[in-house]
Amino acid sequence: MDFSLAYTATREALPYMLGGVIWTVGLICGAMLLGLALGVPLAVLHVYGPWPARRAVSIYVWLFRGIPILVQMYIFYFGLLAWLSTLPLLSGLGLDSPFVAAVLVLGLTSSAYQSQIFRGAIQSLPAGQLKAARAMGMTDAQAIRSIILPQALRLSIPAWSNEYSILLKDSALAFTIGVVEIMARMRAIASTTHEPVSMTFLAGIIFFALTWVGVKALSLLENRVRIAGYTRQGAA
Amino acid sequence: MAAENQTPPVLEARALGKTLGGNRVLDAVSLALPKGCVKVLIGPSGAGKSTLLQCLNFLIPPDSGSILLEGREVNARSRRELCSLRQQVGMIFQDFNLFDHLSAMENVRVALMKVKGMSKLDAGELALAELSRVGLLDKAALYPANLSGGQKQRVAIARALAMDPKVMLLDEPTSALDPELIGEVLAVIRDLAQNGMTMIIATHQISFSASLADEFLFMEKGRVIESGSPAELLRRDSGSRTLAFCAKISELSGEAGEAGLAAGLGESVRAGVSVGAAGLGAESPV
Ligand SMILES: Nc1ncnc2c1ncn2[C@@H]1O[C@H](COP(=O)(O)OP(=O)(O)O)[C@@H](O)[C@H]1O
Ligand SMILES: [Mg+2]
Repeated sequence: MDFSLAYTATREALPYMLGGVIWTVGLICGAMLLGLALGVPLAVLHVYGPWPARRAVSIYVWLFRGIPILVQMYIFYFGLLAWLSTLPLLSGLGLDSPFVAAVLVLGLTSSAYQSQIFRGAIQSLPAGQLKAARAMGMTDAQAIRSIILPQALRLSIPAWSNEYSILLKDSALAFTIGVVEIMARMRAIASTTHEPVSMTFLAGIIFFALTWVGVKALSLLENRVRIAGYTRQGAA
Repeated sequence: MAAENQTPPVLEARALGKTLGGNRVLDAVSLALPKGCVKVLIGPSGAGKSTLLQCLNFLIPPDSGSILLEGREVNARSRRELCSLRQQVGMIFQDFNLFDHLSAMENVRVALMKVKGMSKLDAGELALAELSRVGLLDKAALYPANLSGGQKQRVAIARALAMDPKVMLLDEPTSALDPELIGEVLAVIRDLAQNGMTMIIATHQISFSASLADEFLFMEKGRVIESGSPAELLRRDSGSRTLAFCAKISELSGEAGEAGLAAGLGESVRAGVSVGAAGLGAESPV
């Protein structure tokens, strides 16, 4: 292996590879936020909902945890979204783009996992807090919003940071339906430069850097919202 | 006297029934709390005291019976009526149930804002006033994790008082406290009673409550089986179940308890409790 050749190739490939970072970051930010937006209400339903709702959430979680991401990407991109975008009402909204399909799949799957993170955190809180909030005349919705969730979300940050690194890795599957993220670019440039090893290595470094930045950011957030003397074990 | 009789009790329970897990936890319990009165619920663990108190504000929905607030029956199916009842009925729990993510001041402030719709500024001001009433103004910024048990319970009392309740339900407010911290909480409760707050207290602090209570209610197996003034029930020759029970727990809590009883009730009652304790000791050595 000629290292100077590999070095030159890597340096030339760098801007192109870094262009993929935007797509990868877009995928995981979209998916994390979609997962959060759906995961919180799913968790609340799972803990406080009537039994049909609890059952429905269980099935949802079980479905998205059970079907491999890759299979879901194919179902959404080639099946569901392709069909939806032929409907008159929904055509022209860009639903048939691979990026939308990938964000949906990663986000829905993440919402299933995140709902379980939040559920564990909610259930680890002492039941008396909800009682005390109700005893002062708060509705359940008020109590959940201003008493339960602020605590549960704080407790969830470590598990959330774990979820981030899993999502980051899962996002690399989006290349299979044509999102030009890091992985897709790595494969393309590896074949044109005939430097597959160095390109793979470069992609690995970029993924690692993204993981590090995200996990670091979340641990900063965790410290920022930490409450003096407040620790509780048992959070998921 | 006639006018007095026309004023309905602040809070009244009629024939409350509750079955939990096949267990008759409350069996047609009725009680009335006239304005300014202090009633004390005593009885062995598992008698149904906590269940009764929580049925009074529907934290536990009773299976049967009714609750009347100032003479009007509360319709628990109406969320508005339920929230309004709970605003007017303050509740104190054995393990404080402070909100761990909020400072002492924020604990007091949160319901003022969410439930009463007060502005952050007004609510904060009132919160500080309530904290200073329980002697905790200097702890306003601390989180529950950094407060002692006694301080936590006083914050909980300030939090309940801030809602301006018409009646307070206290469920073993000092049972989770280390002995040296009980006094500060009892002092706050005594202060409340002296200011005319209507209260019902479940407690094992016999001498304290004997000096405070208008009425003792002795509960066992889901029923109030004895009620009367503390002096009456604790008289040495009363032969009451209340006396036997109180004797047993003051014996367990040691000399301090008996000295306290003497202070609260005078010599004859103290003697009665001692006799009861001796009798009980002979029957079933503890
Ligand atoms: N969820 C429940 N299921 C079955 N039994 C219960 C439940 N909650 C309370 N109990 C029973 O109800 C009785 C009264 O309990 P409680 O009101 O807590 O008594 P106290 O406060 O006087 O100690 C106890 O025997 C307890 O075991
Ligand atoms: Mg109890």
